[in-house]
Amino acid sequence: MSTYALSLSGLNKSFGPAQIINDVNLDIEKGERHAIIGPNGAGKSTLFNLISGLYTPTSGSVKLHGEEISGVPPHIINQKGLSRSFQVSNIFTNMTVRENVRCGVLNAMGQGYAWWRNIGSNKAVQERTFEILERCGLVDKAPLPASLLPYADQRALEIAITIAGGADVVLLDEPTAGMSHSETDRAVQLIRTATEGKTLIIVEHDMGVIFDLADRISVLVYGEIIATDTPQNIRGNEKVREAYLGDEALPEEVV
Amino acid sequence: MSDQSTYQRLAPSRGQKFTQRTLPFIILAAILLAIPMTGPSRTFYTIAHQMGINVVFALSYNMILGKGGLLSFGHAVYFGLGGYLAVHAMGWIEDEVGIWGSIPVFFLPVVGFVGGALAGALIGWPSTRKAGTTFAMISLGVAELIFAAAFMFDSFFGGEQGISGDRMNGIELFGLSMGPIAEVYWFIAFWMFVGILGMWAFTRTPLGKLSEATRDNAQRVQFIGYNPQRVRYMVFIFAGGFAGLAGGMAAVNYEIFTPDALSLIPSGLVLIMAYVGGITYFVGPIFGAILLTYMQSMLSDFTEAWLLYLGVLFIAIVMYAPRGIAGIVFGFIDGIRGSESGIYIKHWALNLLGILLMLIGLIILVEVSVRWSNGYGDIYEPFGMHLSHTNPLTWFLFLVASVAGIALSLFVKKQKEATA
Amino acid sequence: METLVFGLLNGVSYGLLLFMLSSGLTLIFSMMGVLNFAHASFYMLGAYFAFTISGSSSFWVALFIAPVLVGLVGAVVERYGLRKVHPNGHVAELLFTFGLAYLIEEVVKIVYGKTAVDYRIPELLNFSAFQVYGASFPAYRLFIIVIAVGMLIGLWFLLKRTRAGLIIQAALTHPHMVGHLGHNVPLIFMMVFGIGCALAGLAGVMAGNIFVTDPAMAVQMGPIVFVVVVVGGIGSLEGAFVASLVIGLLQNLAVGINASFADIFGFLGLTEMSEVGSINISSLAPVLPFLLLVLILIFRPQGLMGEKEL
Repeated sequence: MSTYALSLSGLNKSFGPAQIINDVNLDIEKGERHAIIGPNGAGKSTLFNLISGLYTPTSGSVKLHGEEISGVPPHIINQKGLSRSFQVSNIFTNMTVRENVRCGVLNAMGQGYAWWRNIGSNKAVQERTFEILERCGLVDKAPLPASLLPYADQRALEIAITIAGGADVVLLDEPTAGMSHSETDRAVQLIRTATEGKTLIIVEHDMGVIFDLADRISVLVYGEIIATDTPQNIRGNEKVREAYLGDEALPEEVV
Repeated sequence: MSDQSTYQRLAPSRGQKFTQRTLPFIILAAILLAIPMTGPSRTFYTIAHQMGINVVFALSYNMILGKGGLLSFGHAVYFGLGGYLAVHAMGWIEDEVGIWGSIPVFFLPVVGFVGGALAGALIGWPSTRKAGTTFAMISLGVAELIFAAAFMFDSFFGGEQGISGDRMNGIELFGLSMGPIAEVYWFIAFWMFVGILGMWAFTRTPLGKLSEATRDNAQRVQFIGYNPQRVRYMVFIFAGGFAGLAGGMAAVNYEIFTPDALSLIPSGLVLIMAYVGGITYFVGPIFGAILLTYMQSMLSDFTEAWLLYLGVLFIAIVMYAPRGIAGIVFGFIDGIRGSESGIYIKHWALNLLGILLMLIGLIILVEVSVRWSNGYGDIYEPFGMHLSHTNPLTWFLFLVASVAGIALSLFVKKQKEATA
Repeated sequence: METLVFGLLNGVSYGLLLFMLSSGLTLIFSMMGVLNFAHASFYMLGAYFAFTISGSSSFWVALFIAPVLVGLVGAVVERYGLRKVHPNGHVAELLFTFGLAYLIEEVVKIVYGKTAVDYRIPELLNFSAFQVYGASFPAYRLFIIVIAVGMLIGLWFLLKRTRAGLIIQAALTHPHMVGHLGHNVPLIFMMVFGIGCALAGLAGVMAGNIFVTDPAMAVQMGPIVFVVVVVGGIGSLEGAFVASLVIGLLQNLAVGINASFADIFGFLGLTEMSEVGSINISSLAPVLPFLLLVLILIFRPQGLMGEKEL
């Protein structure tokens, strides 16, 4: 059997008596764009926290390129090529935009914990930083302190930091939450180009974004995946409709 | 797609680099070289040396507080342990133990650095696993432990009277016998310059940047592939090292170290220096160290309540100027350059007047109270006035100054809110 | 044998004193996120206020009035100082209380002088409660235990049985929710800070006369209280209680052990002559809390009863 980019099997997580993630099995191909949807409180963020190493699973396994990563500290998982963004902007607020991205670049450029070299004199680091800033449309904002950025730019910076390290599996947690229509369009464009050729796993509430981006969709309800299929089939799925009834309707108008 | 010229667009220009990075160090070097030409007095040298030591110490403290986000109540431990090691090394130089005979006293701060860094490596290992408030409490507990242990191991710490040495031994470097105070000046100036340069350079390294990132958001640091605990730990070792460097400077300057050097008192003082100076700026702690050293040596001659003034200053900075003196200075520069500099200067001057009035009120209250409390019949007599606690004039002046100062400050605050 | 009994009794009374201090600190910390560095300064104020009050009236009046006064000072400090600093974050708050500790110490020096004041155990309690193996146990220590247990019951009653206590308990775990429910959170903060300080003040009233009431008493007590809180697990009242007793017992039992390291580790070849060997266990007593702190940090970083955190 081929190795999947990411493979979850029998994954469980409970906090005390509350079972948040219940026997989740999911295989994601290399280069796939996979969306995870579900009502509020379904456990989407918890699932991300389990994959990225913030939480340790109660039981089950998470494999990255066939290698077991459950229980491995987050920074090691990141070094193995899995990167994630956060639902709430999680940036380095007192540093400039450029410094934010540069920090994200450091590890991939083999800078390690170096204390003997000047960060400004490494051409490769500067070039890559610039490339990421350009790709995320942040070049003009580069010298600003991150805390002064407008909301949409903070979200863009969040994505910039996430992809800066060049991870080949990227997890985005509600990247367009709270954005206006035009901002969302821009963000989708950004996500599309930024994750070119990478495996993308995205949690989103905006169905337009999902059906626009995703190759396959998994529906998570009360910690269980009730369906995994192509967008077309998900729309026709009876179980999914039931789960969403009264919460938010699946958009019919989206092609 | 990114050719050189584009990515370099983001980097500061050559001119900016010069004025912001190189020039300050040239000016610093020039000042340091010029000071002895003015033929300073012995007192001046004494205070200047203390300032040099404190500048390095306060900057080393800011490596963890300002740049690393770790609030420590026990930083003097590394200053003290580094200094103790240097005093011992001074003894080994004198006795020509092993290779020590061939090492000049001039290089003792390096020994101090090693001592401080080793101490940081040992103590930092359990304590930097935590950040924030927990780290602060731990640093205090560990400092108490080391301080108490210092009185148990006399062979290293020398008990209450400490350990002393003689700097006029070993090889002379640069023709400095290190005897006269004017020669020690070059030693202090050199190491202060090296210390400032070294710590500034550290802020420009990947680890230095990661330290800031960990301060801002330790969780996110994990998701860019770094272990925040390891970042903290490494920065802590360096901060210990530079504190030890300052300790080594003190060892040569004073030729003695006592356990008090690693007690909570200098630990608290260095915290106040860094914070009052301004922890968000690299130069902040330098301002703070200079001001506090000056206060410590000058003010303590004028008043026995100088610690009270220090406490008031510190609380005032925490409450009203959290960016410290550096924040006030740079804010002022921005203000007078700004578009509404006229109004800015007016508010600033009124505020200053208000603060001065409140200060006068405070000084009268404190000085009269101190003398009254001592009960020796001493009377506070500024400018020939006879301000005893029974004199109604005393309380009249106190009230007028305080009320006027507070009223003025409130007035300026209202004005600012109205214009904002 | 009598050293053991006395060590136990002294340890319990001292441990309960520590708990009076650390419970207030824990309450304040878990509700407001503020580590009150000046907590031991309020303890000192308690002792000095009690000295003044018992000089003009009696110890019994002081026992009630002094903690209330300290609590009022605490409430004022919260209202006009801490609240202003609050928006700048917890480190700023910690620094504010750090400065406050300096200030209180200096003011105390001016008002009461730099040397110890003559704050004494009340005559009524200045007798020996009972004798064990020919040595007498002072009644006042027993009185401390009684008051501390009384305080414990009072605190428990306040937290579990009153409406204010329910709100405080809720605020301990969900400070934002309590605000959303329409309670006046700033007022609750002021109250909790005041109560916490009053508890410290009570400890000062009780302890000032068996130890020494001088301007250094805050600096001596402060670090130990912090150790108690870290060892117990930050924010855990139960943990603070256990840690207080453990540290109280540890210190008081160690004082009674008249043996050196050489006596204990002699089989390893350690002699009285060597520096480590000549260290006496009883002289180690003041250091023990800090040693315990380091051990806890290495082996159980979350503290005895604390929750795991990053």
